[in-house]
Amino acid sequence: MSTHRQNLLATAFAKLLKNKLATACAIFLGIEIIILAIGPLIASFSPDTTNVSIKFSPGIWAKLSSDAKLAAKYVPGHFFGTDHLGRDVFSRLVIGGRVSLMVGFVSTILGLVVGTFLGLLAAYYKRLDNLIMRVMDILFTFPGILLAMLIVALMGVSTVNAMLAISIWSIPNFARMVRGRALQVKEEDYIMAVRATGAKNGRILFIHILMNCLPLIIVIATMRMATSIISISTLSYLGMGVPPPAPEWGSMIAQAKEYMWKMPSLIFTPGVAVMLTVISFNILGDKLRDILDPSLKD
Amino acid sequence: MRGFAVHRHSFRRCKEDGVARYIGKRIALMFLLLLALTFIVFASLYIAPGDPAQMVAGPSATEEDIARVRSVLGLDQPFLVQYGIYLKHLLTFDLGTSYTTHQPIANEIAIRLPHTLNLALASIILSIIVGIPTGIAAALRKDKLADNVLTTASLAGISIPNFWLGTMLIYIFSVKLRLLPSGGMSAPFWTALGFRQIILPAIALSTATIASFTRIGRSSMLEVLQSDYIRTAKSKGLSAWIVVMVHALRNALIPLVTQFGTSFGALLGGAIITEQVFVVNGIGTYLINAINTRNYPVVQSTVLIIAAMFILINLGVDILYSFIDPRIRYD
Repeated sequence: MSTHRQNLLATAFAKLLKNKLATACAIFLGIEIIILAIGPLIASFSPDTTNVSIKFSPGIWAKLSSDAKLAAKYVPGHFFGTDHLGRDVFSRLVIGGRVSLMVGFVSTILGLVVGTFLGLLAAYYKRLDNLIMRVMDILFTFPGILLAMLIVALMGVSTVNAMLAISIWSIPNFARMVRGRALQVKEEDYIMAVRATGAKNGRILFIHILMNCLPLIIVIATMRMATSIISISTLSYLGMGVPPPAPEWGSMIAQAKEYMWKMPSLIFTPGVAVMLTVISFNILGDKLRDILDPSLKD
Repeated sequence: MRGFAVHRHSFRRCKEDGVARYIGKRIALMFLLLLALTFIVFASLYIAPGDPAQMVAGPSATEEDIARVRSVLGLDQPFLVQYGIYLKHLLTFDLGTSYTTHQPIANEIAIRLPHTLNLALASIILSIIVGIPTGIAAALRKDKLADNVLTTASLAGISIPNFWLGTMLIYIFSVKLRLLPSGGMSAPFWTALGFRQIILPAIALSTATIASFTRIGRSSMLEVLQSDYIRTAKSKGLSAWIVVMVHALRNALIPLVTQFGTSFGALLGGAIITEQVFVVNGIGTYLINAINTRNYPVVQSTVLIIAAMFILINLGVDILYSFIDPRIRYD
């Protein structure tokens, strides 16, 4: 059973590598994660150190510009330039990205664990089904990021609260999809065969049914990573996520908005970072779905 | 229990009966959801930090004033009694008083809601006129270059944070090209001024919806094109254009109807952020200001209004769907 499953994952991985776009996204995310992981080592400046004498210095691209005045303003070492307080943009991107990805990852995992657990229980125990799914319906009545905003409003602004808010918002998505799949799996012959061998409910549910929902869970989690990263940036942009002065991609954009006239690259770089990260997760999730779970295709 | 259900189903008299019962059930469910929503919203107000009586009475109020406000608002009553009072007020559209302006919240929302609806409506129209034709075009060119470009572009559409796209649009079209206003909303989108004001926010807000309409439109069109009746229509010698536009489109649009409710909700949620970017005085901006000033009654009321609108739209969509698609299961 377990070797069979490993083969399944290995085949899926091999298929994924055949798709150029998906491979490119996987490589991009791999490199990004390495850069962010060793971030403090390569970011040559502290993200919080201000130096107003070099504020608004342009990035290294200024060297290519025909404008000699602009090129002269480039301060060596600050590859992506500096912001309105003279802080190094590259260091802030790297340190901020660690926060975004960490929040995205932790909130996805939390949502996955709780959502999957509830979804499995609802599918397996008829008595719990109505209760759990009606609670999920209620959570679904808050459109978009509204639920996360309400939770942050009540608990107060902090990175941990934003993370919890985003994970609570993820729970119903996992629960609903996992329940649907588990209901199908439950009726399969092999589950009856397992039951005939005398397996207990807990074992059937959390080993056999769960394992057969795993491809689905991987697909949702990948897509949910994308949503969670957008969400933390959005919350930070609105001043409800990572509190300043800590850098975060969304709050960098919010601060840079005021200096758009002076230095547009300040809104451009963090935005491109969010977009490339999110699009990579979405494309990866999309291709994974085609491979692991074609039935999900919308 | 199961046997009984099967029995009851097999003796269903006629379809109309089923539709009526389905709609009745759906409306009952809506009331339950609304009730649960009010409870959550009320409970969150109850546990929110700060003393509401003190906030309503104002900073210069004496102990006696506060005590009087407390008893007038019923804040000295037990939790469930307070919830009952809250529900009673809701029935008369009394949403309480804002901590900061000391004005009735219902009036403040009534001023701002039209701006939000204006933005959401313009965005849903934009999503329909761009997303659906794009989805159909992708389906007709399945696996060709245009299809691959469009499906990947639709993934990009759901991946661009709308606050960033909005900011970039302001930079390009307002700061650099000076073509369109960078924000504000003073007229509905069908007027000349309103149209100029709505273009950028509507684009920023609707990219994700356009993308999801494209994807769903594409896959539903592909499914319909493979069905028997389309083959029959083609074999009758009808032109491909007529087959697609007359025969296939009608059925391909059905899944988009269900998507409509979810999308409208997403647009309402997204409007909160877009309003902030484009300085629109809608309920999103109202909500965010309220969160920043810890104006909890306003936070709860705006959340309640947005979620209630979402519930009502989904109800409308479900009822519409039960008329459009006779294959729906009424249980």
